[in-house]
Amino acid sequence: MNDTRPAGANGPIEIDIAQKTYTGADGVPVPVIRDFSLRIAPESMTVLMGPSGCGKTTFLRILAGLDDDFDGSIGMPEDTRLGFMFQEPRLLPWRRVRRNIELVADEGFTEEDMIQLVDALGIRDKLEVYPGELSLGLARRAALARAFATRPNLLLLDEPFVSLDEPTADRLRRLLLEVWEARPTTAVLVTHNPREAVMLADELVLLGPRPTRVIETIKIDVPQSERTPAMIEEVYSDLLQRYPENFAA
Amino acid sequence: MTITSTHIPRERRRRTLAGPVVTLISFAGFVAVWFVAAYIAESRVLPGPVEVLAYTVEEAVNGPLLSELGITLWRVAAAFFIAMVVGCVIGIAMGESSILNRWLDSWLIVLLNLPALVIIILAYVWFGLTEIAAIGAVALNKIPNVIVTLREGARSLDPGLDEMARAYRMSPTERLKHVILPQLQPYIAAASRTGLSLIWKIVLVVELLGRPNGIGFQLHLNFQLFNVTAILGYTLAFVAVMLAIEFLLVQPFERYTTRWRKRPN
Repeated sequence: MNDTRPAGANGPIEIDIAQKTYTGADGVPVPVIRDFSLRIAPESMTVLMGPSGCGKTTFLRILAGLDDDFDGSIGMPEDTRLGFMFQEPRLLPWRRVRRNIELVADEGFTEEDMIQLVDALGIRDKLEVYPGELSLGLARRAALARAFATRPNLLLLDEPFVSLDEPTADRLRRLLLEVWEARPTTAVLVTHNPREAVMLADELVLLGPRPTRVIETIKIDVPQSERTPAMIEEVYSDLLQRYPENFAA
Repeated sequence: MTITSTHIPRERRRRTLAGPVVTLISFAGFVAVWFVAAYIAESRVLPGPVEVLAYTVEEAVNGPLLSELGITLWRVAAAFFIAMVVGCVIGIAMGESSILNRWLDSWLIVLLNLPALVIIILAYVWFGLTEIAAIGAVALNKIPNVIVTLREGARSLDPGLDEMARAYRMSPTERLKHVILPQLQPYIAAASRTGLSLIWKIVLVVELLGRPNGIGFQLHLNFQLFNVTAILGYTLAFVAVMLAIEFLLVQPFERYTTRWRKRPN
């Protein structure tokens, strides 16, 4: 059916999915992904954008190795350590934030690393509380800390800033960039928000409706830290003109 | 505005005060009814609370009450432990696997509806009047209950957390300890609650039918002697131990395992 062959230690990720179908409740197979091929450069931020329900989450689950029922192949560097930030924080409510992070942290992750990470994310004072006491924004930060604590070489983010108010989402985007730039990691982020996509992406991948495939890959060469709001607006309106159906908010 | 602000604290104060006071009054009421009834009846078959308490103390100090209680408690503990472990394992497996569930479901229904007495008699007939037959019969009476409860729990496990654990490559033991068991905690608590009370009751029947010691045996003996004071005295000791276990073990443990839940003060 599929084969997940190891590539070089720090090589790119080569994705080639011929077909992925879902069996609906009525027993009829529904194609979700078809002829999907993508090459993800190491230590880059790839942002996937597509209409809702197009199969983005299914794609991330395949990439994470959570679903291997598809036709095609994923070529990934050996010993890929995964960090996954889901749409909901998915913290263990019965474990304190500190424990949630430590449970999945890399073996070499020391207390100093922990302090540095939670300081960067502004949740140092939340380490000893239970996730139920956190707001959504804070819980997302904790989930982000958890994802980074694994020292991933592949970081997957599934609409990580959805349903937050805009200032909070913006602050979190900056925090993400900060921790990501401190330790460059191959990252794949899925979003609906075109401005967010332009702000974060090295490579912006436009996906078609279900069954989804790659329509276009757009490179943005300016480093994320040098992108001003005006520039983001400019790139956005340019893309809006070229791909109106993908960028209409 | 002023109405609500004076209302809320008063409500809260009343609730915190009410709990133990109500329990105490209700308990005192029970003792009073017993006392009055015994006084009016003035009969050998209904001794008063003072008489029963005196008997219990006397039997504990000079009689076999403590050793009999110990033997019964050991049987309860053994049967409880076996029933919980076996029931949890089968229940979780049935909740996770629909194929296994289909295979075992009819057995489960039979076992659920088999009268306790039938299981006890058959166990004694087939395996002799032994300790193992006694404890096994009690456990077997409880196991289907645990299975049904834990199967429900396993079906309600959060798939999102399971996915998280798999994405982060957590080991099976870590998943069990940090992801699965905490989610099953309310179900395990419910199963052990109903389990304890059911096992208490069945252990006495098992002892009455085929054991030479234990509270059940003593009840049987005193029933033949028509000694109601002794029957109530042994029951009293038993109830006291049961309450102690509930308040000193079960409830603190439950508070500990649910400490992460937000509680209304």
